[in-house]
Amino acid sequence: MINMNDIMETITMIQEENLDIRTITMGISLLDCCDSDIDRSCQKVYDKIYRCAKDLVKTGEDIEKKYGIPIVNKRISVTPIAMLTGASGGDPVKYAKTLDRAAKDVGVNFIGGYSALVQKGFSPGDQALIQSIPRALAETDFVCSSVNVGSTKTGINMDAVKLMGTAVREAAELTKDRQCIGAAKLVVFCNAPEDNPFMAGAFHGPGEPDCVINVGVSGPGVVRSALSKMPSDADLTEIADKIKKTAFKITRVGQLVGTEASQRLGVPFGIIDLSLAPTPAVGDSVAHILEEIGLEQCGAHGTTAALAMLNDAVKKGGVMASSNVGGLSGAFIPVSEDAGMINAARNGVLSIEKLEAMTAVCSVGLDMIIIPGDTTAAVISAIIADEAAIGMVNSKTTAVRVIPAVGLEEGEELDFGGLLGNGPVMKVNTKSPAKMIDRGGRIPAPLQSLKN
Amino acid sequence: MKAVITVIGKDMVGILAKVSGTCADVNANVVEVTQSILEDYFAMIMLIDIQKMTCDLDELKQALAQNVPSMQIHVMHEDIFNSMHRI
Repeated sequence: MINMNDIMETITMIQEENLDIRTITMGISLLDCCDSDIDRSCQKVYDKIYRCAKDLVKTGEDIEKKYGIPIVNKRISVTPIAMLTGASGGDPVKYAKTLDRAAKDVGVNFIGGYSALVQKGFSPGDQALIQSIPRALAETDFVCSSVNVGSTKTGINMDAVKLMGTAVREAAELTKDRQCIGAAKLVVFCNAPEDNPFMAGAFHGPGEPDCVINVGVSGPGVVRSALSKMPSDADLTEIADKIKKTAFKITRVGQLVGTEASQRLGVPFGIIDLSLAPTPAVGDSVAHILEEIGLEQCGAHGTTAALAMLNDAVKKGGVMASSNVGGLSGAFIPVSEDAGMINAARNGVLSIEKLEAMTAVCSVGLDMIIIPGDTTAAVISAIIADEAAIGMVNSKTTAVRVIPAVGLEEGEELDFGGLLGNGPVMKVNTKSPAKMIDRGGRIPAPLQSLKN
Repeated sequence: MKAVITVIGKDMVGILAKVSGTCADVNANVVEVTQSILEDYFAMIMLIDIQKMTCDLDELKQALAQNVPSMQIHVMHEDIFNSMHRI
């Protein structure tokens, strides 16, 4: 029989430590929906999404009941819409509205893929899409957008970086009466993964199959609780080992749920993304793990080292547990979604500069950071360029999701509610990088790219 | 196919009877029971065979919650424990 302690451990993880399946994300290729007429194209997009995903939410709920584990979100990612815009022409916002309608009709809570991949340059479709992003995010509820502006292989497209600084600002301005939510649904990537199930950066890459199920597992609370039970003189090798073992268990649940969902839906299973994704709920914080390791508060010196160890141990445990680990897999550090980070930012212990250092060793980048409403587009572009450079040189994914809080100043607070959380407006260095951003062009690919 | 029922809460008369009775009603065979009482605290883990069960796990859980309302009850398919704790 299954060991009694094991059973109690699993139940405690779910009931008290917030272990959950954060998302089941269905990736759907829309390449076969291209049409030279945008309205026909939109109709095909709607039909395909509805056909593939109509049972997604119900299946997720059935699996929840069978295993007694919450599956918090059911979502959809689609082929970057810039590709369809390239074929059909017309106003890309029509696609955004189609995606929004499809998402609402199948009952998912986010749909990602209003995206363009422009790491080396633009096609006409890419440019049209990027310019339409602020409007698309303002006029829809569930659509998420992402743009890949650089990669280790290609370098950084600085023209795109410049456009994205403006897009982030406009996305916030157009939604200023709704907590600037537009900017919270927009991610700027370097080295974007094509199979990431987590929003707002999920899209279904062109190299992916027609339809696929990806699963995102989470569990910062479980890791923190496991560490809190260790003796205070345990050395860091033991701590890393504990994190690894815990990550293993969490990933196995993801593997189970992913396999079951793919069987029930008759869709191939893609990857598990084992990411410690915090929520504002008490006990579900990545910052608190770092504090459990031994920092007075997240943001103190030592935070980067602790996070590097955490991120690596999570990956090692995950890789052992499943042969299909992909996506971002590691630790997320979204400020407004993490109770511990919010506190650290409020106290001024956590600064954007420290967060930038942390992004060199975590799985994503500057995430859900609220910046003053008067931050210029050039400064936002420069923040994006810095992050992209870290990603490019370290051959890792980095991203920027900053929210200019229109009308608010440093120290004031913005509250999104729900999973997106709340947080203080953080201080940004306002010295102007405008001349560099205006130069445009491309930062050439680094030597690391020449691996062949 | 098996499932695990866990029942936790303040001890009282007839918990085991009510839980196993509910299982019998839906044709779920009790395979193994482990139970312990620590001070006034009752904890029971029951392994049941659900191959020939006449309802699904969620319905069983709801029936149990109705019959033993004062206890905390979980009904979960055994696969979640097997995948988490066995390689």
